[in-house]
Amino acid sequence: MAEYTFRIFRYDPEKDETGRIQEYRFEPEPGWTVLDALNYIKWNLDGSLTYRRACRHGICGSCGMTINGKNGLACETQLKDLGTTVVTIEPLRGFPVIKDLVVDMEPFYDKLYAIKPYLITKTPPPTDKERLQSPEDRKKLDGKYECILCGCCTSSCPTYWADKNFLGPNALLKAARFLFDSRDEGFEERVNAIDDKHGIWRCHTIFNCVEACPKELNPTQAIVDLRKLMLRGRL
Amino acid sequence: MSEYRGMFKVGECAKYYNTEDAKVVHEEPKGVDIHNVHVHDAVVVGAGLAGMFAALEIKKAGYDVACLTKVFPTRSHSGAAQGGIAAALANLEEDHVEWHFFDTVKGSDYLGDQDAIELMVKEAPRIIYEYEHMGVPFSRTPDGKIMQRYFGGHVKDFGRGKPVLRACMAADRTGHVLLHTLWEQCVKHQVRFYSEFFVLSLIIKDGKCIGVTAWDLINGGIHVFQAKAVVLATGGYGRCFSITTNSHANTADGLSLAMRAGLPLEDMEFVQFHPTGLAGSGILLSEGARGEGGYLINDLGERFMKRYAPDKMELAPRDVVSRAEWSEIEAGRGIGGQQYVYLDLRHLGAEKIKERLPQVRELAMKFAGVDPIEEPVPIQPTAHYSMGGIPTDIRCRVLADGKEKWLEGLWAAGECACVSVHGANRLGTNSLLDASVHGKRAGKDVVAYLSTNPVFEVLPEDAAEPAIKEVEWVLNSNGPERPAELRKILQENMYTLCGVFRDQEKLEKMYEIIKDLQKRYKNIHIEDRGTKFNTHLMEAIELGHLLETAEVIVASALNRTESRGAHYRTDYPKRDDDNWLKHTLAWRTEEGVKFDYKPVVITRFKPEERKY
Ligand SMILES: Cc1cc2nc3c(=O)[nH]c(=O)nc-3n(C[C@H](O)[C@H](O)[C@H](O)COP(=O)(O)OP(=O)(O)OC[C@H]3O[C@@H](n4cnc5c(N)ncnc54)[C@H](O)[C@@H]3O)c2cc1C
Ligand code: SF4
Ligand code: SF4
Ligand code: FES
Repeated sequence: MAEYTFRIFRYDPEKDETGRIQEYRFEPEPGWTVLDALNYIKWNLDGSLTYRRACRHGICGSCGMTINGKNGLACETQLKDLGTTVVTIEPLRGFPVIKDLVVDMEPFYDKLYAIKPYLITKTPPPTDKERLQSPEDRKKLDGKYECILCGCCTSSCPTYWADKNFLGPNALLKAARFLFDSRDEGFEERVNAIDDKHGIWRCHTIFNCVEACPKELNPTQAIVDLRKLMLRGRL
Repeated sequence: MSEYRGMFKVGECAKYYNTEDAKVVHEEPKGVDIHNVHVHDAVVVGAGLAGMFAALEIKKAGYDVACLTKVFPTRSHSGAAQGGIAAALANLEEDHVEWHFFDTVKGSDYLGDQDAIELMVKEAPRIIYEYEHMGVPFSRTPDGKIMQRYFGGHVKDFGRGKPVLRACMAADRTGHVLLHTLWEQCVKHQVRFYSEFFVLSLIIKDGKCIGVTAWDLINGGIHVFQAKAVVLATGGYGRCFSITTNSHANTADGLSLAMRAGLPLEDMEFVQFHPTGLAGSGILLSEGARGEGGYLINDLGERFMKRYAPDKMELAPRDVVSRAEWSEIEAGRGIGGQQYVYLDLRHLGAEKIKERLPQVRELAMKFAGVDPIEEPVPIQPTAHYSMGGIPTDIRCRVLADGKEKWLEGLWAAGECACVSVHGANRLGTNSLLDASVHGKRAGKDVVAYLSTNPVFEVLPEDAAEPAIKEVEWVLNSNGPERPAELRKILQENMYTLCGVFRDQEKLEKMYEIIKDLQKRYKNIHIEDRGTKFNTHLMEAIELGHLLETAEVIVASALNRTESRGAHYRTDYPKRDDDNWLKHTLAWRTEEGVKFDYKPVVITRFKPEERKY
């Protein structure tokens, strides 16, 4: 491969007043992802470079970051697919930066806690048997349950930048995952959180979140579906 | 609307970050003073399936539990499991707990303890129903029950019949849904998580475990956790090897913490290699690739399986295929003489690949940059699952002597523990089950223990001393050696010298390499000397764990002069029940690794030759 230039956002809370961009140049190997390049830097050029990673195959959601202006997972992004040898890597915007590419995800998790992110049931389950759910009902969860909590969507949402109390696409998608589950009986308990000026009505259906999601999920559609559900529920 | 599309101009977004916030949210560096002592009834280390199940069980019983994890809970590696979780539910066809029992015993190459296996397979259906009641979005059968699929080694009629539908599944995301659902339940029940807390040591006083110390990654600083009960659930240790399906976080921390507290490890020589890891990284490509008719090809373009399993060819069991691949590689017939062969799917055609193997194609494209429709996929055996671990009894109590004496206050569950239900070789889909059943069982036993009202022991003055020393040493280290380089030498050599094929010469060489690396490790330096989110510090400490654990793996492999399950010695190619139908217990001491043994618990099924 050709020589690449990596322009990486650096910020050390113990040293820096503000963030800066640092450049690294080297020739990556064929088949490398952005995470491979970051690892190469950390393990060979600069041990102080800081980022999160765990599974390195797109399932743990640790490595969400902004790569050439687009949110995505470092471990899933092939360098050769970027179409350029200049790669700018920045932390997910919209969240406070802790250090380099590591952001504080607490505000993101807090939104999740707000929608009660767990199955709520009142009817006791059958003993020593599963609850039944038809394949059709189960299908309603497809496109919702696969979320890996990477934060790429909420970080790309202009409404969230403007209103940090907005629940954001991720929490609303998670709410939909439960509200559309035939086993869930938590409509009343969840509805207050999402049927709110910081909830589903705040979204401008701009679809940034859809574009940002590395798992090809569609939070916007979920929000639209939730609105319909609310309107029906209110009647 | 369109003005927001396409995101930002590259490099312009710094103004959207709020670095000011970071300073407000996170306090000044605290160095390595102990500035925080937390008291909880119980502390669980690890938030995979095992850790979260234990924490949930303890919390539901009304006790105060803290769950410490170095990655946010849903980032634990349990989430990577795809295939399924075994239980004889018989949702689609006849199946019995006894068949599952037999398959697991046989799969273990008769080294699994049958009392523990029996309990696990019996509890399996109940734990699956519990998961369902928690909200796991399992795939469903036409009549609305939990969907089950086939998986290697699970068959009907005590090994005599056809494959059986036993693996409960949620598409190819089974681990992900179990992990996320457990986390959701922990949120519901308000389990107290300490996320991105890196546990550094166990606090042992008068033969009792009374807490742990941990490093707060985000803010820096050592915290002491005082508890009446401590559960270790730190997962696998695949990172001892260069090619592995395991996460970067699977670095054997729990095992070496146990060893540093004077405990032995059990059956560490048994490490399962999966035959289809993406070359270079080891990322797992599912069995499906072979199941759907993929060919394995060497440098000469031959389907080399004809030499090793002429009938079953590519469909032979995992260990047979892994060994065949490695034989080709050692004979110089790897692609271009390298350590990989090809998985060729092209003859299946674009349509079939897209329809039947979308996941395999996606993984190959995303992580190796290869489209299997157009090119063969480079693959190699990859370190996948670690059968050995911290010895426990069937209540998950950690055994101080490896045999019967409980180290009071300490439990272990999941991949870091050895009960042993997997013996010399784990059956696919049995490890999610193991982590869940034993996580829960550990939690239950902790509750039983807490209900006897044990007292909080007084913390010794120097409780955090080893942790402080370790962190200070690494933070101030300024020797010539780079941790990343030492780790690379360790991992690459472990893969070739203590991998699919082992013999005395290779293992002795590996042992020398480790001894040398351990010396060099004393002279490392790190390049990040800060206290906040210092991942270089963490990687350096993890390397210490890898080096200690690898030493025990190699010594145990050298010691066991037979081939059984996943442990294959070319100089001792036969299973030797007369001498080796027993568990290895290994202590790491100043004078090298010391061994003892304990008998295998055999209740129902007498050892037979393991043939598939
Ligand atoms: C790619 C892949 C596919 C798999 N597929 C299957 C399958 O289909 N079926 C099956 O049954 N099994 C499968 N397995 C195996 C199975 O996933 C694991 O054995 C099981 O999930 C282990 O669970 P655990 O809770 O023990 O550990 P993990 O889920 O690995 O959790 C370990 C936890 O410990 C924490 N931790 C570690 N060290 C520290 C420390 N020092 N301080 C604080 N916290 C720490 C981590 O943060 C993490 O939370 C697969 C494994 C892999 C890698
Ligand atoms: S569609 Fe709604 S949630 Fe998604 S980015 Fe736009 S405003 Fe945010
Ligand atoms: S919806 Fe997509 S982008 Fe958002 S957190 Fe989930 S996986 Fe990430
Ligand atoms: S490292 Fe897990 S998603 Fe990228």
